[in-house]
Amino acid sequence: MPVTREARPAGGAFIDFDPQATSLEIRGFGLRYGDKPALHDLTLRVPRHRVTAFIGPSGCGKSTLLRALNRLHDLNEEVVQEGEIRLEGQDIHAPEVAVAELRRRVGMVFQAPNPFPMSIYDNVAFGLRLQGGLRKRRLDDIVEWALHSAALWDEVKDRLRASAWSLSGGQQQRLVIARTLAVGPEVLLLDEPASALDPISTLKVEELIRNLKASLTLVLVTHNMQQAARVSDYTAFLQNGELVEYAPTDTLFTNPRLRRTENYITGRMA
Amino acid sequence: MRWWRRESGRARLPRGEGPWAWLSAGSVSLSLLLLALLLGLLVSRGLGHFWSADVALVTLQDGRQLAGRAVREAPLPGGSGRERLYRTGNRDLDGAIWDWVALTAIRDVDYPQELVVLERRRWSEFIGRLVALAPEAGPRLEGEAAWSALEERLLELEARREAIRELREQTILPLVRRLEREGESEATQALAMAEARVAELRASLAGASLVLESVSGKRLIQPLEEVVRARRPNAMTAFDKLVAWGQDVWRFLSEGPRAANTAGGVWPAIFGTILMVMLMSLLVTPFGVLAAVYLNEVAHQGRLTRLVRIGVRNLAGVPSIVYGVFGLGVFVYGIGGRLDSWFFEASLPSPTFGTGGLLWASLTLALLTLPVVIVATEEGLARIPHRQREGALALGATRLEMLTRVVLPMATPAMLTGVILAVARAAGEVAPLMLVGVAKLAPQVPVDGDFPFLHLERKFMHLGYHIFDAAFHGGDVQAAMPLIYATALLLVLVILMLNLTAIFLRHHLRSRHGTLSSY
Repeated sequence: MPVTREARPAGGAFIDFDPQATSLEIRGFGLRYGDKPALHDLTLRVPRHRVTAFIGPSGCGKSTLLRALNRLHDLNEEVVQEGEIRLEGQDIHAPEVAVAELRRRVGMVFQAPNPFPMSIYDNVAFGLRLQGGLRKRRLDDIVEWALHSAALWDEVKDRLRASAWSLSGGQQQRLVIARTLAVGPEVLLLDEPASALDPISTLKVEELIRNLKASLTLVLVTHNMQQAARVSDYTAFLQNGELVEYAPTDTLFTNPRLRRTENYITGRMA
Repeated sequence: MRWWRRESGRARLPRGEGPWAWLSAGSVSLSLLLLALLLGLLVSRGLGHFWSADVALVTLQDGRQLAGRAVREAPLPGGSGRERLYRTGNRDLDGAIWDWVALTAIRDVDYPQELVVLERRRWSEFIGRLVALAPEAGPRLEGEAAWSALEERLLELEARREAIRELREQTILPLVRRLEREGESEATQALAMAEARVAELRASLAGASLVLESVSGKRLIQPLEEVVRARRPNAMTAFDKLVAWGQDVWRFLSEGPRAANTAGGVWPAIFGTILMVMLMSLLVTPFGVLAAVYLNEVAHQGRLTRLVRIGVRNLAGVPSIVYGVFGLGVFVYGIGGRLDSWFFEASLPSPTFGTGGLLWASLTLALLTLPVVIVATEEGLARIPHRQREGALALGATRLEMLTRVVLPMATPAMLTGVILAVARAAGEVAPLMLVGVAKLAPQVPVDGDFPFLHLERKFMHLGYHIFDAAFHGGDVQAAMPLIYATALLLVLVILMLNLTAIFLRHHLRSRHGTLSSY
C-alpha cells in the first residue's frame, strides 16, 4: 500500500491512502453543539478492512467524530456540522441517502452493552426483522452465523430463548456485536467497547475485533492506549477537537512525529 | 443522678439516629393501625350482619315480654346504669323495629327454640312464634308440622320467583325494547303471552298464608308470598349458622336490592362499578400513553412543552365534582344531545344518549384520571436509558420503529402503574358520577343478550353511590347501617381486586426478562 506523508498546516500529519483502499473519507469536517465547538476541520481517510483507532484525552471529540460517521447526531437539534464524510465515495449527508439504510451499512457498538429486553434470538434478529421479508429458516441461519461471528454461539446455543439480560456483561457486549453484524454492515464503529468489561471479556472482544477485520472496516474509539496498540492497524490522535497525528499504529507509538503526541502516549499530559 | 439518667437514655437509642427513627417508625405504625382499624370495622360490622345471631326472649320486671337481637349497649342518659338496644323487628305490629331496655328493668333473658325470624318483602323482619300455616286448600297445619311445611313451601316459592325473574329479563324486557324500536305486531303477541305466563305464576304464589304471633301476644295473618326466608336461629347449630351465613353472603353478592336499597343484594352495583372502571381504563390508556409519548418523544422540549406538562400535572388536582359538571355539560347535554337529534330522533323527547349513562360516566372518569396516566407514562419513558434508543437507531430503525419496538415495550410497566393509580382513583369516585349517569336503582345490568350486548347509553348502579344512597335516602339509617358497612367492605375489596389484577399483569411483564439489573 503506497503511503505518503504530508505535513499539515495545523502541525498534524495524515496518511493518504490509495482511494481504492479507502472506506470512509472525512474531509474538512467540523462540528459544534450550539455555540460550543467540538471538532475543527478534520481530514482523514479510514482504510478498508483494517482497524483504525481514535485515541485522545477525554473530551477531545473522538466519540463525537465516531457518532458523526453514522449520523447519530441527527437527533440532536443543536448540532451543526460542516465539511463532508464519504462512504465508498458517496456523501452520507446527501439528500438521497436514507439514514436508516446508512446505519445498516455503518453499524455501531456502544460503550455500555445495550441489549434490548427480549430473548437472545430476538435481539440478534431485531435489525433483520426491521427490514422484513425474511423467512424463518433464513432468519435462523443468519442469527446462528452472526452469533458464530461474534464468538458467542457456543455459550448461548442452548438458550436462545432466554432473556438477553441474563447474560454477563462481556457476553452482552458480544451479543450487541452479533446483533450489529446480523444486518451485514460494511463498517463497524466501536465506541470504547471494552471499557465496561472485565479483563478476560476485554481480551475476548479484542480478539473478535482482530478476526472481524477480514470482512469489515473497523473504527475503534478507546482511551486505553495498550488496547489501541494491540488491535489497531492505524491510529489517529485527537486533541481539543483537532487531528494531531495520524499514522500506522507501530509508527505512532514508537516514533511519533510530534511532541504533543509523544507527551500523550508517554503519559506526560499536562 | 441527672447525668446518669441522660447517659442511660442515650444508650437506648442507636447513636446518630436520634428521635427521627422513632418519629418515622411511629408514624408508620400509626397509619398501619388506622388502616387495620378501618378494615376491622368494615369486616366485623359488614360481615357480622349476615350472621344469624340468637334471638333473646326478654322478660321485663313489669311482666312485659319482647323478642329481639341485642345490638349494642349505652349508658343511660342521666348517669346510673346502662341500657341495651334490641332489634325487635315487627314494624307492622309495633310501629318500630328498635327497643331500648334499661338493664335494671330486665328480669330474665331466655333463648327458646321455637322463636322464628321471617325475612319479608315489606315491613322488615318478623320475630315471634309461628302458630299455623294455612294452605290455599285443606286443613291448617300447626306446630312442628307448620314449620316443616313452611320450609318446603319457601323452596318452592323461591323456584317460582326465579322463573318469573328469568321470564321478565330474558323474554319480556327484550320484547319491550323491540316494541319501542319497531312496533311489530308479532312482538306484541309474544309479549302478551309472556305476560300472561307471569301473571299465572304470580297467581300460583298467592293463596297460602301464615298465622303469626309476636311474643307480646299480637296476632298477624302473613301472606306467604311476601316471606323470603324463615329461620329459627336458637335451634340452629353453629354449623347451620355458618351455612346460613354463606347463603346470605352469596345472596348479598348475587341479588338485586330491595326495600329502597336498604335490604337485599348489590349485584348490579358490583357489576356496574367493575364495568365502568374497565371501560374507563380502556378509554384512558390509549389517550394517556399517546399524550405522554408526544410530550416526551415528539414535542420540542421548549417552554411550551414545559407549560403543557405543568398544566397536566395540575389537572390531577382539580376536584372531581368539577369534572362531573364538565361531563354533564359537554358529554351529556352537548355531545349526547347532538347524537340524539341526529340518530335517535324517533324516540325523542325521551333521551337516549342525552342523559347520563355508562359511556358518559366512563368518559368523565377517563378525563379525571388522564393526568395520572400521562405523568406515570412520561416518567417511565424518561427512565429508559438513552443507549437503548441509540442501539435501536444504530440498527437501522426509524424513530417510529424505535418507539414501538423498544421504548414502548420497556415503558409498559410504568404505563400499568399509571393505570393502577387511575383505577384506584376512579373506582372510589362518586361525586362526578351522580351528575353523569349513576342511578339509584337500575337492576338491569348494562350487558345482556340484546344487540349490541353492551348498552353504553343505560344508567348503571355503583357501589359508592349505593352507600351514599342507603345512608342518606333510606328510611331507617340504623337498619341500613350493617348493609352500608358490608357495601363499603365490598367496594374496598373490588378496588383491591382491580388493582391486584393490574399489579399481577405488571409483575408478569417485568419478570419476563429477568432482573433489570442494568435498567
